[in-house]
Amino acid sequence: MSRSRLYLTAFSTIVIKEVDRFTRIWVQTILPPAISMALYFLIFGNLIGTRIGEMQGFSYVKYIAPGLIMMSIINNSYANVVSSFFGAKFQKHIEEMLVAPIPNFIILLGYIVGGVARGMLVGLVVTLVALFFTKLHIHSYTIVIAVVILTSILFSLGGFINAVFARKFDDISIIPTFILTPLIYLGGVFYSINLLPEFWQVASKLNPILYMVNTFRYGVLGVSDINIGYAFFIISVFIMILFVFSLYLLHTGKGIRS
Amino acid sequence: MKALRISKLEKTYANGLHALKGINLEVAQGDFFALLGPNGAGKSTTIGIITTLVKKTGGKVFVYDYDLDKDVVEAKSMIGIVPQEINFSQFETCMEIVLNQAGYYGIRRRKAYERAEKYLTQLGLWKKRNDTSRTLSGGLKRRLMIARALIHEPRLLILDEPTAGVDVELRRSMWQFLREINRQGTTILLTTHYLEEAECLCRNIAIIDHGQIIEHSSMKSLLGKLHIERFVLDLDSPLKTLPVIDGFNLYKVEEDDAIIEVEISRGQNLNDLFSMLSDRGINVISMRNKSNRLEELFVRLLDKDTREKV
Ligand SMILES: Nc1ncnc2c1ncn2[C@@H]1O[C@H](COP(=O)(O)OP(=O)(O)O)[C@@H](O)[C@H]1O
Ligand SMILES: [Mg+2]
Repeated sequence: MSRSRLYLTAFSTIVIKEVDRFTRIWVQTILPPAISMALYFLIFGNLIGTRIGEMQGFSYVKYIAPGLIMMSIINNSYANVVSSFFGAKFQKHIEEMLVAPIPNFIILLGYIVGGVARGMLVGLVVTLVALFFTKLHIHSYTIVIAVVILTSILFSLGGFINAVFARKFDDISIIPTFILTPLIYLGGVFYSINLLPEFWQVASKLNPILYMVNTFRYGVLGVSDINIGYAFFIISVFIMILFVFSLYLLHTGKGIRS
Repeated sequence: MKALRISKLEKTYANGLHALKGINLEVAQGDFFALLGPNGAGKSTTIGIITTLVKKTGGKVFVYDYDLDKDVVEAKSMIGIVPQEINFSQFETCMEIVLNQAGYYGIRRRKAYERAEKYLTQLGLWKKRNDTSRTLSGGLKRRLMIARALIHEPRLLILDEPTAGVDVELRRSMWQFLREINRQGTTILLTTHYLEEAECLCRNIAIIDHGQIIEHSSMKSLLGKLHIERFVLDLDSPLKTLPVIDGFNLYKVEEDDAIIEVEISRGQNLNDLFSMLSDRGINVISMRNKSNRLEELFVRLLDKDTREKV
């Protein structure tokens, strides 16, 4: 058997298994973001949004729609990998992969693509929900698709690293609760950073999520607080760093080989 | 070429525990090999290193001459592993578990499906193929792990205490199954802490204790050493001195003068012993086997080991 066939088969097996996993438990994975999105749109978009008026020339509901979609993509790609990989560690079936002739980068890629798949599926579902509340014309499909893929890769990697370090179930919710959620809320989902005082504008630019939200918003609405090329650069650099770090963790066997 | 060659294997765990102290081991192709030892001896550590779940701290492992450090993909492809602890996803069905494992070894779906049918049927799991693994009984879980280990038809099948905690009937059927697999050409390495199991199944054996191999020989020559058994005799009154009786080795027990021990080899007549004892006015009230054979074996091997070192 050729190496490439071995790797390809192993890779597709992991991806199918990952997609199977989150679709089988769709009530826990796909439905909750759809419901919370509907509530966000109802409350912030329609009820409060009408009193806020326009933001950067768009109705408030339309302005927050891209950010909210991005928020679901980030949360779900992260959640998919962190819970799947930690679950595999916890139930020990990660050993099924570790004893098999699969190189580490294939395992990592398999989990990333699983996370990207969930991120994109949830993104699609919440976009459909959003369309109940507002019309969305896509400014640039290329930018939308590129930033969705890159963002879900990045947060799949984040979830992976979290899972490697996690020792108990509590550990997989610490980062989402204390780091991810604040960064998302402060990442310009609900407002343009131009509304902030100078200092907080600068501080916001240290938040990587700001770049993703704004790039996505640019792709949909055509407006952004930041330079899009620069945003893609930042996201790619983060992906590279986390990818190398994840491979390093797998290579040392951290948390999975004694 | 050997199916497995291990040399000077060392493992010190992160907590400083020295679990393997430079062991050497060879398993020939087609062999049915037992790695026997008490709990904590280092059996699972050894298996863990061969399957890369445990990182060795020294030494070399070759699987069909593939160096585990350099040709890890080839080496791993040769091995099927049935671990000591259940380790599949509780939420997947039997079918999913074996098909996924096939995929991890590069086997395409169609072929994997054929093999899944073959091995799940052989192991009596075909009717349960769509049941999630958590609903299986303990014995069926063990069998599922065997089916999973065989799905890529490995040349070396490794089983880590496959029959621990398994009922007698299942143990027998598992033994029969393994014999058949071995007869068809799969090399088997099995760890156990039951001497009887090793005796029943295996042609060659290594005994491990405290991270050291204390015996590496054929089952036959090992059993030869077991022909001597030690019995404890309770006497009706204490003895001052140990009598000398032709053909029997007697031993005093330090704490109690009313007990002696005797080594009996196979074929020796116990009546002779009793009559010679009563000729000397020594009456035996009761008699019991000193210990189980495995313990006896360890004592003997360790004695030899320490004697050799001294
Ligand atoms: N992950 C670990 N960390 C520290 N010590 C371990 C670990 N795994 C096993 N040990 C110790 O190593 C020794 C050998 O264990 P093991 O190989 O599991 O023995 P066996 O399988 O023969 O019962 C034991 O003393 C055990 O407590
Ligand atoms: Mg063990």
